[in-house]
Amino acid sequence: MVTLLIDDKKIDVKEGTNLLRACLENDIYIPNLCYIKGMQNPPASCRLCFVEIEGEDHPIASCTVRVRDDMLVHTDTPRVRRLQKTALQLLLSVHDVDCKNCPANRKCGLQDMARFLKTALKSNRFDLFLKKNQVDQSHPFLDYYPNRCVLCGRCVYVCRDQQKLTELTFAQRGFNTVIGFFGNSQTIPPSCDRCRACAEVCPVAALLPKREI
Amino acid sequence: MSPANKEHANPRFDEIREKAETRKRAFKEAPGPKIHIGMATCGIASGALETKDAFEQMLAQLGIDAQIHTVGCIGHCYAEPFVIIDHPESGFPPIFYPEVTPGKANMLTKLFLAEGDPRFEHILGATEKNEMIPWVMEFARFSQEKRVVMEKCGHIDPEDIYDYIAADGYSTLAGMFQRTPQEIIREIKNSGLRGRGGAGFPTGPKWELAANEARDTKLVICNADEGDPGAYMDRTILESNPHQVLEGIIACAYAIGAHKAVVYVRAEYPLAVRIITGAIQQAKQLGLVGKDILGSSFDLDIEVFQGSGAFVCGEETALIRSIEGFRGMPRHRPPYPVQSGLWGKPTVINNVKTLASIAPILKNGAAWYRKIGTENSPGTAIFSVVGDVVHPGLIEIPMGVTLRTLIFDICGGIPKKKKFKAVQIGGPSGGCLPEDFLDTPIDFDSLTQAGAMMGSGGMVVMDEDTCTVDISRYFLDFTQKESCGECTFCRIGTFHLLTILERITEGEGNEADLKTLEQLSEDIKNGSLCGLGKTAPNPVLTSLRYFKDDYDAHVEEKRCPGMMCRPLVAYYIDLEKCARGCDACVGCCPVEAVFTTSNRKKGIDQSLCVKCGECMVACPPEYDAVRKVSPPQLAPIVERPQQTVKEHK
Ligand SMILES: Cc1cc2nc3c(=O)[nH]c(=O)nc-3n(C[C@H](O)[C@H](O)[C@H](O)COP(=O)(O)O)c2cc1C
Ligand code: SF4
Ligand code: SF4
Ligand code: FES
Repeated sequence: MVTLLIDDKKIDVKEGTNLLRACLENDIYIPNLCYIKGMQNPPASCRLCFVEIEGEDHPIASCTVRVRDDMLVHTDTPRVRRLQKTALQLLLSVHDVDCKNCPANRKCGLQDMARFLKTALKSNRFDLFLKKNQVDQSHPFLDYYPNRCVLCGRCVYVCRDQQKLTELTFAQRGFNTVIGFFGNSQTIPPSCDRCRACAEVCPVAALLPKREI
Repeated sequence: MSPANKEHANPRFDEIREKAETRKRAFKEAPGPKIHIGMATCGIASGALETKDAFEQMLAQLGIDAQIHTVGCIGHCYAEPFVIIDHPESGFPPIFYPEVTPGKANMLTKLFLAEGDPRFEHILGATEKNEMIPWVMEFARFSQEKRVVMEKCGHIDPEDIYDYIAADGYSTLAGMFQRTPQEIIREIKNSGLRGRGGAGFPTGPKWELAANEARDTKLVICNADEGDPGAYMDRTILESNPHQVLEGIIACAYAIGAHKAVVYVRAEYPLAVRIITGAIQQAKQLGLVGKDILGSSFDLDIEVFQGSGAFVCGEETALIRSIEGFRGMPRHRPPYPVQSGLWGKPTVINNVKTLASIAPILKNGAAWYRKIGTENSPGTAIFSVVGDVVHPGLIEIPMGVTLRTLIFDICGGIPKKKKFKAVQIGGPSGGCLPEDFLDTPIDFDSLTQAGAMMGSGGMVVMDEDTCTVDISRYFLDFTQKESCGECTFCRIGTFHLLTILERITEGEGNEADLKTLEQLSEDIKNGSLCGLGKTAPNPVLTSLRYFKDDYDAHVEEKRCPGMMCRPLVAYYIDLEKCARGCDACVGCCPVEAVFTTSNRKKGIDQSLCVKCGECMVACPPEYDAVRKVSPPQLAPIVERPQQTVKEHK
């Protein structure tokens, strides 16, 4: 066990625990989207879970840190909040905010963060860019909504690392990146029909089993 | 043969070297002239294959017994295709001819090879000191260079291992195997060598970290992904002297205890792939790669892996993932590749230039290397200098040379008597520096401090007719497309930077945009996961810092000072200068915007003009009547006469 100080709160956890997890399990909320409990090498791609650790020059993604004894962590600093707000606004600048008609309403990762960071649920700083294609229905069992997706990659992770399948992947590059199905419905195993792991971990209802629509 | 190596006689290697030297002697002593032709991608693109054919045909036709020696790139891109003709019988020294077209090849064969007239008007210089022709070393473009990595490039045949060995190649191996891996690492550490892949991480310590990992399997990767637009030094080295890179790879593998190495080359470099693959095979045949190298009982396999050309795959963790068969996406470090790299094994990844520096260091010693360059950045830097300079090309200079010396002395300055405006260093991750920085020494730390970056060594020089906003837009367009799409700041942030820059170059930008540009750039820098995102805003941040006037002119006056942004410029015809009755510009206008005025001069219909500038090119220099202005309102309105409109219809 090690003891660390997070925002002046003393916490005892097992040495080597993921810092983000340690915070969350001790009721210290840190905005996050891409981390799933138990990940060996978190992708650290959503860039939301920043904290400042004494001794480090820059804010650092807490999901990439393993706790050490006597670590001094600050979760609420101006630099951290600035990065988190910008990241959230960037995500919202490509997000079709239509909460009323969204299955994720009230259990949505973006709503949670906007509430916590006390920011608007739309991006005022950046222009809104939505993809033309509202929904990708090429998968026999799943529908994908690119204008909801935050590309956290949780779905890819659970499919590959937990189900040991390779049904999902990141497709395209740069700004056009989306979640793709390899474009081949022939090879999709029937087990995909009952699994739903990906839809369950999606924080924004961007992947939905077909018949639930 | 240097004395250091004599002590380390190795019967197997001595035999190989003997053979190489015999072959070289035979080539040298063969009667008749020798023609060396540069045949790397740059030479071939400028027509070297045709030049070679022309020589061969004309030699056959005239019955001249000459030898053609294909070599790699010598770095003088402005002179491609280049040829060096060594014709001792003529009494002249070996002569360097630039831009040898097939026609010139025919002419030189007839007049020089057959009749002994070297045609002075086509000579660039002699490659040896002599009494008759200026020696190339009397020119700054040659004399101020310091060739360590590229020493043999353009002088040896990259597809003939014996050529390299005869030039003292692979001579470090025999001695190396008599030293311990720790000694090799110490030598590299003492040399102060820093990685040439961009960040300048010290190479010796990197090797040491990998060597200290107590694991059975370790790996070496040579990073030849080279995805920066405009950078081509790694390609050139692989195409011109692949064995020097292999020699470095063998040393690295020996030092860290790896028995497998991978050369990661982008598939868009087919010639480099072919040459390095062939080089590995030749080295294997001679026992310089493979099992029990030179009887040392050290084994090393080297493979070539072809990357499919994504800029981000040059980033080491993305590169590793792509070899493993996944999408090339960077991951968080630590763990660093030296701890957990390819297939989870400790892996040293080094750039081509880094590895090509190893053999010279081992041969001449760390102290020798330290004498080149600066205290904190020893050795040489290789730049591909392009843009508005007289002598573009690949240039190897000692670190610490100033930008001014490089641009104005070595590269001949700005053509057409124009003024220098900016130099963009380090490609899409680098920055744009103004005149005030010309005295900055070129080394890792000074460039980083200035806001630019050594990067992989791309350098674009820009004259006064350049718009730094548009240059930033160009680079952001690149990074935005090349982002792996994984993390929020880079994927979405760079896209917003791009759209804002586009807006500004179209004259639609406002004050708030400039603020957003700056803040968002800082956030992307601080928030991104990998080096691509962290450095992508550099072009924007440096141009905002050093060329704020450019931005202000676009935003406040809707004016582009470099006159590059089409929506903000206009062309008009100076009626004072336009020659009555001249029609030169009329036909070249793709949209028929040029019309004849009532007094038979020409005018431009601004509502039709697409601002291609063709009329400006077409206007004969003696009239020079077409003007380009910004903002566009400065163009005087010339009414199209009624009847020409009718005629037009
Ligand atoms: C976006 C990006 C692209 C890169 N591209 C290259 C490249 O093309 N070649 C290269 O050698 N290093 C490249 N690097 C740097 C590598 O990650 C790595 O640091 C380097 O290969 C290490 O070699 P060195 O120590 O010899 O410099 C790139 C880094 C980033 C972030
Ligand atoms: S579909 Fe959902 S889980 Fe998958 S990347 Fe998009 S937001 Fe994340
Ligand atoms: S910074 Fe860009 S390239 Fe690097 S991991 Fe993030 S999205 Fe990918
Ligand atoms: S939760 Fe840490 S970066 Fe996404």
